[in-house]
Amino acid sequence: MPTKNWKNKDLITAGVDVGSVGSKAAIMIDGEVYSWGVMRTGSNSPDSAKKVLSWAMEGTDLKLGDFKYIVGTGYGRVNVPMANKAITEIACHAKGANYIWGPSVRTVLDVGGQDIKAIRCDETGRVTSFLMNDKCAAGTGRGMEVFSDLLKIPIEQIGEFSLRVDEEPPPVSCTCVAFAKTEAMGLLRKGWSKEKVLAAYTRAMAVRMGNLINRVGLEKELVITGGQSKNIGIVSRIETILGVKCLPSPNWRENGLDPMVAGAIGAALLGKALYEKSQKS
Amino acid sequence: MITIGIDLGTQSVKAVILKDGVVLSRGQAFSGFDPAKAGEQVVAEALKKAQLSLKDVKHVTATGSGMDMAPYANSTISMMSADAKAGVHLFPKARTIIDVGAEEARAVKCDEKGIMIDFVVNERCAAGAGTFIEAMARALEVKLEEMGSLSLKAERASPINATCVIFGESDVVSLIHRQESKPEIARAIFDAMADRVSSMVYRLGVNPDVVLVGGVAKDVGFVASLKRKLGIDILIPEYPEFVGAIGAALVAASRVK
Repeated sequence: MPTKNWKNKDLITAGVDVGSVGSKAAIMIDGEVYSWGVMRTGSNSPDSAKKVLSWAMEGTDLKLGDFKYIVGTGYGRVNVPMANKAITEIACHAKGANYIWGPSVRTVLDVGGQDIKAIRCDETGRVTSFLMNDKCAAGTGRGMEVFSDLLKIPIEQIGEFSLRVDEEPPPVSCTCVAFAKTEAMGLLRKGWSKEKVLAAYTRAMAVRMGNLINRVGLEKELVITGGQSKNIGIVSRIETILGVKCLPSPNWRENGLDPMVAGAIGAALLGKALYEKSQKS
Repeated sequence: MITIGIDLGTQSVKAVILKDGVVLSRGQAFSGFDPAKAGEQVVAEALKKAQLSLKDVKHVTATGSGMDMAPYANSTISMMSADAKAGVHLFPKARTIIDVGAEEARAVKCDEKGIMIDFVVNERCAAGAGTFIEAMARALEVKLEEMGSLSLKAERASPINATCVIFGESDVVSLIHRQESKPEIARAIFDAMADRVSSMVYRLGVNPDVVLVGGVAKDVGFVASLKRKLGIDILIPEYPEFVGAIGAALVAASRVK
């Protein structure tokens, strides 16, 4: 794991992103990622925040007292006990995307467990506008889990399964997950394969996300953060619908950064800026 | 003159036999896999109860989402027009008819003759229809029929921000874990649904008298929440789930020349 010697550096910050489904933490030294962790959010947000941060700290020798500034973000951001400040995940995702993919990023689609956000930002990762859907499960990770349960396909493989069709079927007509589930059962009964039903559902959700991006205004480069950035079925369909390629995600399977951590990275970077500002005054 | 109205809904199929504006008999069954067959079944049931045969019937009109599959139908009529017709027939002063079914909610504005002037509909989101109560009752481990009376025992509603069936399920589970009382959770569920239905009705404007029909009108918990939200009294017919079928049977009578 981490090889840097942090003892002679001084600006160590952390970002803790407590999402509705996943908790993420990133530790940064002088604005460079040093260590990070991802785990499932439990029923108690402060606990999840503590656990994921100690997970990220594991094997680093770092102690809580070494952090100059900790920023909490995400759905449970007010429940991060060790945080110096809470910042909305919209600002953090834009900043984190700017760090991971570089200054050419202008549009960030963050697909989380319970909401979807389309964010526009400038070359420094500052948010210029955004749109979000947090009222409806359609398109969210939670909606995908409903289909993963229904079709008995593990959530990690859902994207790949949805691409195993010779021809893309028409999207399911119901956007509501509750209705789409009924519609999907009807299609299975009609003899459609699991893969075909999944393709029809994934397509409909990708159309929804594409609409959100178009409403906020698509400007290149586009990147996807959040858990569903790993769903190849969603990513490839969004690319087809919008007619643009997303910047490729880091290879998180082989030591690369997990795009789910973008929010936590952004939080730690914003924490660094806040600390530096406080030192000047 | 005898006519039949058939309403093929998403969850259940209803038929009424009407003689000169008076309901003689009713039939009801689940739509199931074969709504057409369910339609035949409910017509047979209603005919039997009224001791009549199809030969006595002058005209059959179908309505509901499955109206094109209806057996014996001589004609069809939209759900909104059927609601307006029957609403004013049952309550002459009715000008707004709210119909909350299993998978759809509608509000219809009409004139004194029962002619539809305008309507709004929610058919895209399960949170504003009966499905929502069903799913929440499952999460709460309460029988659907008991949800309403349970909710009336509560003085307040639990804090809930469920605007979606899928999120609502997890919200209810966390409320149970926080040891909130079941009646208060049930009341919160009805309040959330009444919120959605009333905001739909506001888009149309609330013109008294207001009549609530459809299967969900039988739920006392939902009715209480909707009255609180709209701040006015709501009229409910005796068999609210048959109103669409009555409207269709009334239209059938008007089509006999």
